[in-house]
Amino acid sequence: MRIITPPRRWAPLRLREVWEFRDLFKRFVARDLTLRYRQTALGVIWVVLQPLLGAGVLSFVFGRIAHLPSDGVPYFVFAYVGMLAWNTLSSTVTKISTSLTGNQQLISKIFFPRLVLPLSTLGSTLIDFAVALAMLGVILVVQGVTPGRTILTLPIWLFLLVLLGSGIGLAAAALMVRYRDIGYVLPVLLQVGLYASPVAYSVTAVPTAVRWAVTLNPITGLLEGFRSACLGLPLPNGALLAWSAVCSIAAFFGGALVFANRERRFADVI
Amino acid sequence: MSSSDTAIAMRGLGKAYEIRRSEEQHITLAEQALDRLRHPLRTRTSETFWALRDMDADIARGQVTALVGRNGAGKSTLLKVLSRITAPTTGRVEIDGRVGSLLEVGTGFHPELTGRENIFLNGSILGMTRAEVRRQFDLIVEFAGVASFLDTPVKRYSSGMYVRLAFAVASHLDTEILIVDEVLAVGDQDFQRQCLGKLGSIAKDGRTVVLVSHNMGVVKQIAHQALLLREGRVISAGSVEDAIAGYMHQTATGDDFQTFTDNDRWDLQLAREVEIISGRMGGHPSGFFDASDDVSFDVNLRANETVGALRISLTLSASSGEPVGSTFSQSFVPPANGDTAMVSVRIPDLALAPGRYHLAVATGVGDARTGHRDFDVITNVLPFEVAPGVGADGAFEHWQSHWGRIRIKPLVVQQGVIDHAHLAL
Repeated sequence: MRIITPPRRWAPLRLREVWEFRDLFKRFVARDLTLRYRQTALGVIWVVLQPLLGAGVLSFVFGRIAHLPSDGVPYFVFAYVGMLAWNTLSSTVTKISTSLTGNQQLISKIFFPRLVLPLSTLGSTLIDFAVALAMLGVILVVQGVTPGRTILTLPIWLFLLVLLGSGIGLAAAALMVRYRDIGYVLPVLLQVGLYASPVAYSVTAVPTAVRWAVTLNPITGLLEGFRSACLGLPLPNGALLAWSAVCSIAAFFGGALVFANRERRFADVI
Repeated sequence: MSSSDTAIAMRGLGKAYEIRRSEEQHITLAEQALDRLRHPLRTRTSETFWALRDMDADIARGQVTALVGRNGAGKSTLLKVLSRITAPTTGRVEIDGRVGSLLEVGTGFHPELTGRENIFLNGSILGMTRAEVRRQFDLIVEFAGVASFLDTPVKRYSSGMYVRLAFAVASHLDTEILIVDEVLAVGDQDFQRQCLGKLGSIAKDGRTVVLVSHNMGVVKQIAHQALLLREGRVISAGSVEDAIAGYMHQTATGDDFQTFTDNDRWDLQLAREVEIISGRMGGHPSGFFDASDDVSFDVNLRANETVGALRISLTLSASSGEPVGSTFSQSFVPPANGDTAMVSVRIPDLALAPGRYHLAVATGVGDARTGHRDFDVITNVLPFEVAPGVGADGAFEHWQSHWGRIRIKPLVVQQGVIDHAHLAL
């Protein structure tokens, strides 16, 4: 027997219900992928082209014009790896944050655990990541860069990036149901984040006077870790990594709590 | 739960919506922050609208329960609370069994996906597992009659096919409780009949159906019990007849005349010596007629000129637009120039087949011998519906929309007509 009562102040994250709807989760993932590759002529090419173009521009600006150091790897490879990590984070945030407002009909007419919608966007984000990662493999071979044993830590950085992005995205999605301007602010913040984080430059290129500010940014540790995994560079120091990990986990649970607290009112305000 | 025969028990159930005054309605966070800065001391004033209040009701297991009431009575809100789309504000609901709901036909369908893909997607959205959809797949396709279009994107479907497919998926939900909003208003009559049949057979399987309908014919035909709602409260619970009578009474109160405009006029060149101003269905202003009722209506007329005599005529058309027939009243004394008058008209012994109809009403003068001249003609107004008749002891009529418009009443068997002696010859 199921008992329906008014929402309480602190709602739990009913993950078991999400699990019961795992078929729906798979269907949403399949829908996203089918639609994207059916409608766009470029399909897979687009997924590869995006980080390639981004890395090309950044390596031209930072490497050729500004002559910044790139930890001893070709600047293009350096920037591509940065873009790969950054795109994964930003696409996690973007897709999750718009997943509710983009499915108003479903939310106001059908019951399912609302968490299924944002989480299902991770499917296409991760597949994009896999395609771009395969492209990185090709680039590494062409450029003659060999990743070392640190490649084994790659899943950790990926996991933390997705965790951080999901936390931000879930909070933004839940708030966007009520306040639509979040949808305008978020892309601007992401644009700022791209330059405020060491995506296209190395932490070592940052003047020591302001380096503390860059290291406080939780994305820094994840980018550095990701880069060392892909390019065989030494891992950054433990404190930086621990800080990033703690922030990512906290962001995820914070975002999920905001989401769970507002979940039952979505249909009324969307 | 009060007893094992109850599928859904509502206790003190209430649902409130906050309605902010328009100048305080912020759709952006920035606006809200600005407002907070401008008026730091103002407390937010918002009105609370109770869509449901203090509802106590039980819904019986294995029966079809209809929710009846005017627009805004809280029917759809209640369905949303029962299907957990929105949360109640007060009280509690106890539900025994898995709930499937169909509040809108085709929600979650994606136009770019094929029929097959949409069946699986929609099935999952409605809460079916992939295995369940696969098990029901052939039945769904057969019910919807879209077998040859399975691999066509649904954006190329006709609206009829689209609706059939959407209802087919939802009605094959294998849940103990099925919640259905007014979704049968779409689709042609044969399909509606198919849907009603399906809902009936769901109830026969011992499952519970809760449905909202404004169509009292449907309610009467398939519901076992009914809740009459008004302004968020349960007015009557139990008998379908009581609920329908109450609903009819509710809709009959108030001025329900429909005022006609030039858009309703058939020919603006007519002189309008006697103009038709407004009209309403008589007896049953809700526009729902039992098969045995006379169809009647009231019109308000205004004389713009002094005329000697006046007839009212009307043409009945089926909802498809196909005309059924025209009929003229006797001549009567028109209102004096400048006066208005209400005229009540009745069509006796009308044997209309079940279905939806509307009227064209005209004022005019003359007869079959001299020829008839129209003063004013209003078309496509006063829609009404005739329900299928129910005879004694469960005799019933069966009707298909393409059979014509003449009604044949339920059969009556007379005792003793079967003579075995004759059969032996």
